[in-house]
Amino acid sequence: MVYQDPVRLALSRRRARRNAWVGMGSLVGFTVVVSLLVSRSPGWPIVQETFFSREEFIDSFPGLLKAFMLNVKIFLIAEPLILIFSLVIALTRTLRSPIFLPLRVLATLYVDIFRGVPTILVIFLLGFGVPALRLQGVPNSPVFWGTAALVLSYTAYVAEVFRAGIGSVHPSQRMAARSLGLSVLQTNRYVVLPQAIRNVIPPLLNDFISLQKDTALVAVLGPIEVLRQAQIDASSTFNYTPYVGAALIFIALTIPMTRFADWVQTRMAKRQRAGGIA
Amino acid sequence: MSARLLEVSGVWKGFDDHPVLRGLDLQVDAHQAVVLIGASGSGKSTLLRCINGLESVDAGRIVLDGDVEVTDPDIDLDLVRRRVGIVFQSYNLFPHMTVIDNITLAPRKVARVRAAQAQDEARALLDRFGLAGKADEYPDRLSGGQAQRVAIVRALAMQPELMLFDEITSALDPLLVGEVLDAVRDLKSGGLTIVMATHEMGFAREVADRVCFLQDGIVREQGTPEQIFTDPQEPATREFLARVFG
Repeated sequence: MVYQDPVRLALSRRRARRNAWVGMGSLVGFTVVVSLLVSRSPGWPIVQETFFSREEFIDSFPGLLKAFMLNVKIFLIAEPLILIFSLVIALTRTLRSPIFLPLRVLATLYVDIFRGVPTILVIFLLGFGVPALRLQGVPNSPVFWGTAALVLSYTAYVAEVFRAGIGSVHPSQRMAARSLGLSVLQTNRYVVLPQAIRNVIPPLLNDFISLQKDTALVAVLGPIEVLRQAQIDASSTFNYTPYVGAALIFIALTIPMTRFADWVQTRMAKRQRAGGIA
Repeated sequence: MSARLLEVSGVWKGFDDHPVLRGLDLQVDAHQAVVLIGASGSGKSTLLRCINGLESVDAGRIVLDGDVEVTDPDIDLDLVRRRVGIVFQSYNLFPHMTVIDNITLAPRKVARVRAAQAQDEARALLDRFGLAGKADEYPDRLSGGQAQRVAIVRALAMQPELMLFDEITSALDPLLVGEVLDAVRDLKSGGLTIVMATHEMGFAREVADRVCFLQDGIVREQGTPEQIFTDPQEPATREFLARVFG
């Protein structure tokens, strides 16, 4: 227990209480002002009717939730593939032996290209292009090609995250492992990668969150996931409430993820401050 | 006359056109402790790194135990490194592993010792160096002196024939230097062959069988601690010692 002089203790408690009240008050005041501004605006009744209709919401929400399962499925399939492929690409780019030059060039080209092309374009190109080839034995389901496009696009980003992580491990760690007789492969497996991956968990979580949202891009190919479902609902009733419903579903999933990512980040920062050079 | 364990002859090594070692010669017999002294940049660390193949040489030969040529471009350096342990100034423990995992990693993965046996051996070594209670701690919970002793144990766990110490006390709080030097003393009396770069002149004088003064990438002068510290022949050695002892 850390000792604090009772007078100072009382003072800091008072200050903390006051800060809490001021924060609360400012938040409430701000909310009131914004809601007044919005609800007093001339177009509000119509906006309320078209975007925040209770009946439309109740009607469309179960269908949206059901359609959202497809987004979840796409995410759950894409994410592990992205993690595996991007790790392989990142490792390939760290190989130094001249034998691997072609692989290294390929990996670099891949990352350059797919980081440069908008994800939605990749989805269009793969989703409409590959099935049009009418190749034997190649699936032509839009969900398949949409997911494949997400994997291709995100792997390029996540590979760069992993590469930064590998670069963040101090060269002396590699040297220490090699000096004990560990091979290059063992050094990566037991010493470099565990530290590299730990260092990039916060940015990785960020990319996860981004991917969860981008599953909606697959809508452009036609499969009925949540955005497409909302579009269908909206066009049949001329009411946009289903879009708001879809947004709420995404938020319900991404906010916990975001909080979790923040929590991991602060915890790691604390650990780093506590740790020394070791 | 005991067997020659290490023979360094005519070794050159440069970084970006800046020569660090310039035809350096050094012989170390089994069970000897050779201490390298000299100013920063004189080539002590580079020499140690060349000896266990962490750096490749530009010219010259380094031969271990009469038959293993470390400088042979075709040699399997992983095999050399099993026989030559090195401890660095900055400990370089693996921060994501407990002390015991740091120590048993190489025995398990490189020497293929069974996990249980590796653990027993590691615990015995920890015990010997006063670290018995630290086996399950992570490196960030250790003091500098403890971390450096763990690094020594980690290198010892591979049962090397030759141990290289690269200024292992330079990063330590002065109060913690003693415990690390005690560990080296212990190894020396156990008969391990040691090559040690250090700025601890008192320790060099006490433990070394031979002291080598390095300057400009060669061994400028060598001899028993008595000779070097009380009657140095080379003006450069005298000047260096005068600066050190102020």
